[in-house]
Amino acid sequence: MNMHSPAVSGGHHPRDHDHGHDSGSTTVLGFWIYLMSDCLIFCSLFATFGVLAESYAGGPTGRELFDLPYVGAETVLLLISSFTFGMANLNMNAARTRKVIRWLAITFLFGAAFIGMEINEFAHLVAEGAGPGRSAFLSAYFTLVGTHGLHVTSGLIWLAVMIDQTRRFGLDAVVRRRLACLSLFWHFLDLIWICVFTFVYLHGVL
Amino acid sequence: MLGKLSLDAIPLHEPIIMGTGVVVALGGLVVLALLTRYRLWGYLWKEWITSVDHKKIGVMYFILGLVMLLRGFADAIMMRTQQAMAAGGAEGYLPPHHYDQIFTAHGVIMIFFVATPFILGLMNVVVPLQLGARDVAFPFVNSLGFWLSAMGAILVMISMWVGDFAATGWVAYPPLSELGYSPTTGVDYFIWSLQISGLGTTLAGVNFVATIFKMRAPGMNLMKMPVFCWTALITNILIVAIFPVLTATLAMLAADRYLGMHFFTNELGGNAMMYINLIWIWGHPEVYVLILPCFGVYSEVIATFSGKPLFGYKSMVYATSSIGVLSFMVWLHHFFTMGSGANVNAFFGIMTTIISIPTGVKLFNWLFTMYRGRIRFHSATLWTIGFMVTFAVGGMTGVLLAVPGADFVLHNSLFLVAHFHNVIIGGVVYGCLAGMSFWFPKVFGFTLNEFWGKVSFWCWLIGYWLAFTPLYVLGFMGMTRRMNHYDMPEWQPWLQVALVGAIIVGLGILAILIQLYVSIRDREQNRDVTGDPWDARSLEWSRPSPVPFYNFAHVPEITSLEQHWENKEKGRVEVRRYEDIHMPKNTGAGFLISVWSFILCFALVWHMWLIAGASLVATIITFILRTYDRDTDYWVPADEVARIEGAWHASMKEAA
Amino acid sequence: MAHSPTRIAHREAAHGTFTSYLAGFGICLVLTGLSFGAVMSGMIPHDRIFPTIVGLAVAQLLVQLILFLHLGTAPEQRNNTVIFVLTGMLIAIIVAGSLWVMHNANTNMMPTHMSIERARAKD
Repeated sequence: MNMHSPAVSGGHHPRDHDHGHDSGSTTVLGFWIYLMSDCLIFCSLFATFGVLAESYAGGPTGRELFDLPYVGAETVLLLISSFTFGMANLNMNAARTRKVIRWLAITFLFGAAFIGMEINEFAHLVAEGAGPGRSAFLSAYFTLVGTHGLHVTSGLIWLAVMIDQTRRFGLDAVVRRRLACLSLFWHFLDLIWICVFTFVYLHGVL
Repeated sequence: MLGKLSLDAIPLHEPIIMGTGVVVALGGLVVLALLTRYRLWGYLWKEWITSVDHKKIGVMYFILGLVMLLRGFADAIMMRTQQAMAAGGAEGYLPPHHYDQIFTAHGVIMIFFVATPFILGLMNVVVPLQLGARDVAFPFVNSLGFWLSAMGAILVMISMWVGDFAATGWVAYPPLSELGYSPTTGVDYFIWSLQISGLGTTLAGVNFVATIFKMRAPGMNLMKMPVFCWTALITNILIVAIFPVLTATLAMLAADRYLGMHFFTNELGGNAMMYINLIWIWGHPEVYVLILPCFGVYSEVIATFSGKPLFGYKSMVYATSSIGVLSFMVWLHHFFTMGSGANVNAFFGIMTTIISIPTGVKLFNWLFTMYRGRIRFHSATLWTIGFMVTFAVGGMTGVLLAVPGADFVLHNSLFLVAHFHNVIIGGVVYGCLAGMSFWFPKVFGFTLNEFWGKVSFWCWLIGYWLAFTPLYVLGFMGMTRRMNHYDMPEWQPWLQVALVGAIIVGLGILAILIQLYVSIRDREQNRDVTGDPWDARSLEWSRPSPVPFYNFAHVPEITSLEQHWENKEKGRVEVRRYEDIHMPKNTGAGFLISVWSFILCFALVWHMWLIAGASLVATIITFILRTYDRDTDYWVPADEVARIEGAWHASMKEAA
Repeated sequence: MAHSPTRIAHREAAHGTFTSYLAGFGICLVLTGLSFGAVMSGMIPHDRIFPTIVGLAVAQLLVQLILFLHLGTAPEQRNNTVIFVLTGMLIAIIVAGSLWVMHNANTNMMPTHMSIERARAKD
């Protein structure tokens, strides 16, 4: 999709008409549209959680289950990883390959720590007999939070791939484009998490 | 290893299914043998399966739609036959469980694997050409999306012979679709085939929105974009917005069935009504996804064959956009009877009535386009006129159903069945067939046979009215949908008329196949040398038929809404030096990823966890490996462009 | 795709600076702390807590959208912003609509002790 091949000059660049945008902007726009459609997956899950939020079926409630300091720690981890990705972004704009790799790796660590905490939290809940099959409320809870977790996990895989590609190819147009998309993805997951901790955890213990 | 799959899964005791199986297997073997005999495997792989050319992908979508139309229609004729027979004490020839699978499969196939591929096929072929673009924004994603849809269709077909299909109706309402009431793999086939094809459709939607936003020819602002592209834009925005809702809803149903959760069950707080709510948040905009591009087709056809610009272009654009927004505020009219109460029902009833207004605007626009035009009665024109008459009636019965009080009487009756067939056949099917006869020469270089096209039209028109008018009557007589047999002898004559109608529709489908055969046979007589066989108005007709793979030798400069028409009027000819053209390379990755996903879905249906895990890993790895491929595009040398363009100019001179 | 220095400077506005990331991080940290504090400290009257945390969440969403996801009104951001606003509208329709519909269904479909005659007499 990269229209700018240095080997050939004088070629007409049809995708450049739009105020001198580079072709990467098409990909980033497409990815943004995809993210918005992802947003609607979460929207459906949040709506379902909202409807089933009090369907405890005699089982444990959010107030009994949720450990807010623990959730707070998860939140901070994710927030830090957003910031570190921002640092990777800035270094990408300044074309500092090694620093990009370093910041991506740090982001990976924080993301992985978040996932580790979430797995631990889920394991505890299941061990306490509050697994996803216990009540509609818990089904909705596990699915919503778990879907976010799955997204972060895919983000981690993507991060690993991008670390390797940055090392292998350098910060060329394709890698930049992909890092721009990944950056959107990663920040987007933090947005979802804001809604998760507000509407699931904090509202759940009220 | 093999999970729940064993030889028992093959319904050997069902003669109808096994008979079909034998026929399909023999037919498949013949095709395979012919492909081998004529050494076409390499051609198929290089030119089609790995192709990222939007025109070829469009054609493959259309072929998928046609093949699945045959299956979906076979289901229809079986249901009509059963109901025509099973009156009084008679039980007909289809046992209830088989009959239930048939009406479910009919709905699923017709919506997801006939109508959706048709409109995606049309958009693939037409949108980049009308925009003056050389391909879609993401050609690889386009190929991936098509193959995912195709794999979904294959999964539905396989369910016929390995295991069973859902017996729940096409939207699989819980709690019936929950494990307790549907313990077989039928619903699982339903879930995974829709998940995989839904993913494909979402990808297509993202692709087209990006294409339309970013790849219009210079000078083409949104209000200089042909109406078909406008309808495609709104349709794809709807796709991107609603298919994720479907994905999430089906994922929750799958979580209930696979992980023992309680979203929609009767136990432990589950709420089946939430499923119904969510599935229609997807389902209602989905019907606009299907109909809007067809509105676009009618607009192009009627302007061309009336020899006039489309009446009320702007109002068409606003009407399309407002339908897009309003389509999100009407979903509850599918379940007025669920019991949400008067306020809710009144709101959604009123919104539904309102949404008919922009559609009415469009109808008048088409009529005014025809008014005092020089109308040529090409078969595409006939489809359009047939649509206007048929769809108007369907729209009015829809407004009738939008009144909650009336809906309490007619809900789930055959009146409803008649209504949505009225709009889907009269709107979507006619539109796709009009589009096919209109744009066929652009892709293949020769026009379709007119005689058989007109035969097909009259069969469809008469067949539709004969098949579904009785269903309106039966709805008023109190007959509910999905009945395997019934005790009311006075219903039977109406159902027999309906069967005759269905047979005539079948003749219409046969006429399409004959039309394709005859047209291919006589292709030399019907060559389209000029590239503009209908004296049409938009950009795609400024190019030779078939369009060269790079679409445009020069990216056109747009100054007018009907650029091609204006160029013809003013006798403008473009003379510019040819340049190298940048094109994407073919890739097998989309096909391969889809095959892995297919294995994944099949394994999930049968609880083969090991195979499922392995194919999931294979899917991800194939995708990652594709991102390491840095050699995804190439340049077509200017000399080759000059050669191809020169040949076209020469043949035009020869014809003139 | 080589970027000239001016081009990079031009893009900086839409792609953030160290200060903007640091500010975003700080603000989000504070807002998160306020949200958790509002619930855990018990200093806010119980019926005001939910509106407070929703307000804080919206504020944090906006901060991240502008400073991390670079939404804005500049020409190169506008497409994304418009698409996001549209999505936000659809989300509002779907979530609010679902809650409304399901709440009504739950209320109306619950078993009641009222006989049909009494219900008729009442309205």
